[in-house]
Amino acid sequence: MTVEVFGIRHHGPGSARALRRALEAYRPDLVLIEGPPEADPLLHLAADPAMTPPVALLAYTLTAPQRAAFWPFASFTPEWTALRYAHAHRLPARFIDLPAACTLAAPPEAPGEQHEPETAKGASTKEPGGSDAGPSERARRASLGATDETTQTDGGAGNAAERSTPAERAAGGRQPGEEAGRPDEGLWERARRDPLGVLAEAAGHADAERWWDDVVELRGQEDVFGVVAEAMEVLREETERAGSEREEQREAWMRQAVRRAVREGFERIAVVCGAWHVPALRAKVPASRDAATLKGLPKTKVAMTWVPWTHGRLARESGYGAGVRSPGWYRHLFEAADRPVERWLTESARLLREEGLPVSSAHVIEAVRLAEALAALRGRPLAGLDELTEATRAVLCEGADLPLELIRRRMVVGEALGSVPDSTPMVPLQRDLLAQQKRLRLKPSAEPRQDAFDLRRPVDLERSRLLHRLRVLDVAWGSPAADASNRSQGTFKEVWVLAWHPEFDVRLIEAGVWGTTVHDAAAARIQAEAADARGLPELTVLAERALLAGLDEALPAVMSTLADRATADGDTVRLMEALPPLVRALRYGDVRGTPTGPLRTVVDGLVVRICLGLPRAAASLDDDAARTLLERVATVHETLALLDEPPHTARWLDALAALTDSPASHGLLEGRLTRLLHDAGRLPDLPARMSRAVSPGTPPARTAAWLEGLLADGALLLIHDAALLALLDSWLAALPAETFTAVLPLLRRTFATHTPPERRTLAARLHHLAAPAPPPPEDLDPARAAPAVATVLSFLPLRPGSPPPGPLTPREPPAEETP
Amino acid sequence: MTDGTPDAATGVLRPHAEQEYAGELARLAELDERPRPPGWRLSPWAVTTYLLGGELPDGTAVTPKYVGPRRLIEVAVATLATDRALLLLGVPGTAKTWVSEHLAAAVSGDSTLLVQGTAGTPEEAIRYGWDYARLLAEGPSEKALVPGPLMRAMRRGAVARVEELTRIPSDVQDALITILSEKTLPVPELDTEVQARRGFTVIATANDRDRGVNELSSALRRRFNTVVLPVPASLEDEVDIVSRRVARLGRALELPAPSAGLEEIRRVVTVLRELRSGRTEDGRTRLKTPSGTLSTAEAISVVTGGLALAAHFGDGVLRPADLAAGLQGTVVQDPVSDRVVWQEYLETVVRDRPGWRDFYRACRETLP
Repeated sequence: MTVEVFGIRHHGPGSARALRRALEAYRPDLVLIEGPPEADPLLHLAADPAMTPPVALLAYTLTAPQRAAFWPFASFTPEWTALRYAHAHRLPARFIDLPAACTLAAPPEAPGEQHEPETAKGASTKEPGGSDAGPSERARRASLGATDETTQTDGGAGNAAERSTPAERAAGGRQPGEEAGRPDEGLWERARRDPLGVLAEAAGHADAERWWDDVVELRGQEDVFGVVAEAMEVLREETERAGSEREEQREAWMRQAVRRAVREGFERIAVVCGAWHVPALRAKVPASRDAATLKGLPKTKVAMTWVPWTHGRLARESGYGAGVRSPGWYRHLFEAADRPVERWLTESARLLREEGLPVSSAHVIEAVRLAEALAALRGRPLAGLDELTEATRAVLCEGADLPLELIRRRMVVGEALGSVPDSTPMVPLQRDLLAQQKRLRLKPSAEPRQDAFDLRRPVDLERSRLLHRLRVLDVAWGSPAADASNRSQGTFKEVWVLAWHPEFDVRLIEAGVWGTTVHDAAAARIQAEAADARGLPELTVLAERALLAGLDEALPAVMSTLADRATADGDTVRLMEALPPLVRALRYGDVRGTPTGPLRTVVDGLVVRICLGLPRAAASLDDDAARTLLERVATVHETLALLDEPPHTARWLDALAALTDSPASHGLLEGRLTRLLHDAGRLPDLPARMSRAVSPGTPPARTAAWLEGLLADGALLLIHDAALLALLDSWLAALPAETFTAVLPLLRRTFATHTPPERRTLAARLHHLAAPAPPPPEDLDPARAAPAVATVLSFLPLRPGSPPPGPLTPREPPAEETP
Repeated sequence: MTDGTPDAATGVLRPHAEQEYAGELARLAELDERPRPPGWRLSPWAVTTYLLGGELPDGTAVTPKYVGPRRLIEVAVATLATDRALLLLGVPGTAKTWVSEHLAAAVSGDSTLLVQGTAGTPEEAIRYGWDYARLLAEGPSEKALVPGPLMRAMRRGAVARVEELTRIPSDVQDALITILSEKTLPVPELDTEVQARRGFTVIATANDRDRGVNELSSALRRRFNTVVLPVPASLEDEVDIVSRRVARLGRALELPAPSAGLEEIRRVVTVLRELRSGRTEDGRTRLKTPSGTLSTAEAISVVTGGLALAAHFGDGVLRPADLAAGLQGTVVQDPVSDRVVWQEYLETVVRDRPGWRDFYRACRETLP
């Protein structure tokens, strides 16, 4: 009976190759692998042809699914190699690390909690390497996972982290600190946290990963396991002054697992674990001590499954502590048959060529030479990624950094999304989503891509609804693309940006509390949120989302809450804020074929309330308040135009007219409303009103505010109405000097908003106003002009009620001239 | 042209790199046990050490010639070791010429095989010319041929330098292509050619962000490995570079050595860095940027000028007043727009900065 311990570097392609060779030479009859034993029933899935790495084992607690941990596997991960080897040779394989049930069972509010994070952290940090050195990548798995990664990805998605315990956050937050290194801590402290870094430093390298590349990855031929074990032994002897409790537990568990295997009668046992653990597993420790160490460990109920993973998540850049800076490069090292340097640079050249950069084979030849010369200069056995990057920059990219970034993203990290077979255990929600993805032919991918849906096609409509429903569940697989074309093409077209992130699986598991299908869960969530919602705007947003997601059964609940709140809410401004999204929703409803009956009732009620409350809202306002109200009025005005319901529009205009006539309203407001009403054709006496507004009885400041309101969106009115312009001109001319100074800034503000051509035209008009008016074209022959006028009039739809086309007068610009 | 003896160098205004650092180069060559590429005076490792500084096994300290990322120099040396041509790119004042001179001095012990690129550089400067008197008298012959620096470098297997490559007209630039790819220079008049000996290569410097440059053709471009030299990353780096260079220059110019206060150097570097980057070092205030390039080289010349002023007219200590005029002259290149930039900078940043009161006053006084 023999037990051979293979100390590997997690995610190290060199380790993986060496391990494969070593296993083939050793021919074990049992393979034990560092990993959570709960996954044993799932291990057979690794042999499934539909299982493509990168994938991860996901463990989550049943009581609080957001407490989760991941064990990622890429194609070049040694553990994966071990698994595949075991399957290929029909050998039993087992995971022997401390069960996830224990690692995830940090007591929520126990007094010992302050201590617990320390041990959890200890387990993660005592392993060799920390985030940038290989053998430790397993470390963080014990205690972190989804939690530390979501903290650092998009802010909106960070909810899992918010709900996680301090233990996890502390452990997650530790990673950046490790890279930075703390100047004040002793060498031993650092050696405990990052032993490989210390070894690398001793060997004269600044970067532990490069050092490891040197001694292991690039010397694939040597049998490294003995050497690694020796190095770790020395290092552990030197540093292990106070071992961490969690680490002792893990190693005790592993030893127990090995003992059990021996008892079961296996003859040749291969143990695959992180290099750091090798000395501990080889050590002779009495079984009774291990049993004592493991006594009374807290446990919680956990479930495990496989989830697809991405290379981006493996890379350091994503913030996840897995710490492989260059998964694409590692995969290349693992998969390339021979001449990795030449192959890599040729691939780089092809990539650059695809992007239209002129890169020839001569470039590649020179790049290879440079990379090799650099490696020699730096005293490395073979050119590594650093040298290749330098050579690529200096030769292939001709010194430019931009193409280099492309290579980094596409090749060094090499975005890839794994997949898991259908028989993988999933929560019902995941299954439902999978079924819908199949049905709607919407495949998840890690690389963001754009998709346009035509909502008139049933399949696209369903896709859009699915994405909207997922958004309700915080699974932001798709996000609406913010581009202008989206809007201009009308409401039936939606453009989405789709990108799948592995943490969505966790969110789906979390969302399991809401229901068993995406549809049900989203509906339940909307209803629950509606019941909790505080303000009107919140509710209207919910209503909009419910409509977009096609959650008809959730709508009545939202609507009734909305109606209740609207009645109770006395603040007209808030009601005005609530209206636009509802009207938008109403229109979406038309496009999407959702019944909007209840929504219409609410909108009707809102319009009436707004019209009634408007005079009160507009009374005695200061400048800022007037400006705020004005914005709302403008939005409501536009919204009602969009709604196009004559009774509502009429009621609204009546309310505005009443407001304009009330003497107490603010100048700005009055001016603006005058303009709105004039544009709506409701004001026959604009010159008179203007004359009143600019007459000496009105304080100049109010006049200026009035003018600002009137001319807020363009000077066209003044350009085309000489009478108004004349009025304005004479008012301005008659202002006394000191008042003029006071009013000037206000006027300037108004006219500064106009476009330069408008201002130029205005100036030209004023010039004509000052000069004697050009003599009217006396020789105008109405009879000869009549056919032209008639033709033009046939183009222009005339509103009933507008004055009949009279004879052409010089005051009215002839229709032909109007732009 | 070059008399390589140190004695001849003492009288000149600016000795060549191989003269000024002859001692260091000799020690390096003596202690260098690594393999040297054919035609090289030093091994690539020793060249790297010469440029980046370090300590030799016998305790000789090698001064750093270039302060900046190590990898840039490594790439440059590796490029030369693969007999490829090297193109140093960067904005003015990023030590392109400096690096190229020292590389040439370390690799071939001779930095004088130089073609200075201008808009009027003729093809003869790159290839060869003729001694016309002899040509007329004797007809084309080997004796009538006047070899250019590149031709001489090819014959000797040395490093040739081309300064300001992008200023050379495009058709003249193309004369380099054959030299770089075939490593031969045909002389059709004599029906011969010059074949480069091993060790020959070219270091070119170019400025890619300037007016009036001739883009390199891609055929020429791909004969070069490109290294982009950045402006110094941090204030400390730049202060370090300036004080080191100023000390050397002061010695070379035999100024009555007033000590350049680190404080004043830091001040000059800070001013130029801030105006160059368009915001203050603390990142709080946005600034207008003047039209000139305010590189490290400018900082060096301002401080050296200030030192001369202090030595000859002042009390021997570098004071703000000695620097103000030089600084203003550097910043205000365009008398109208740059003046506004400078005044604005003085009023908004310098005036309220604690400890900068003297400096502010001195600058105000020099403002006309």
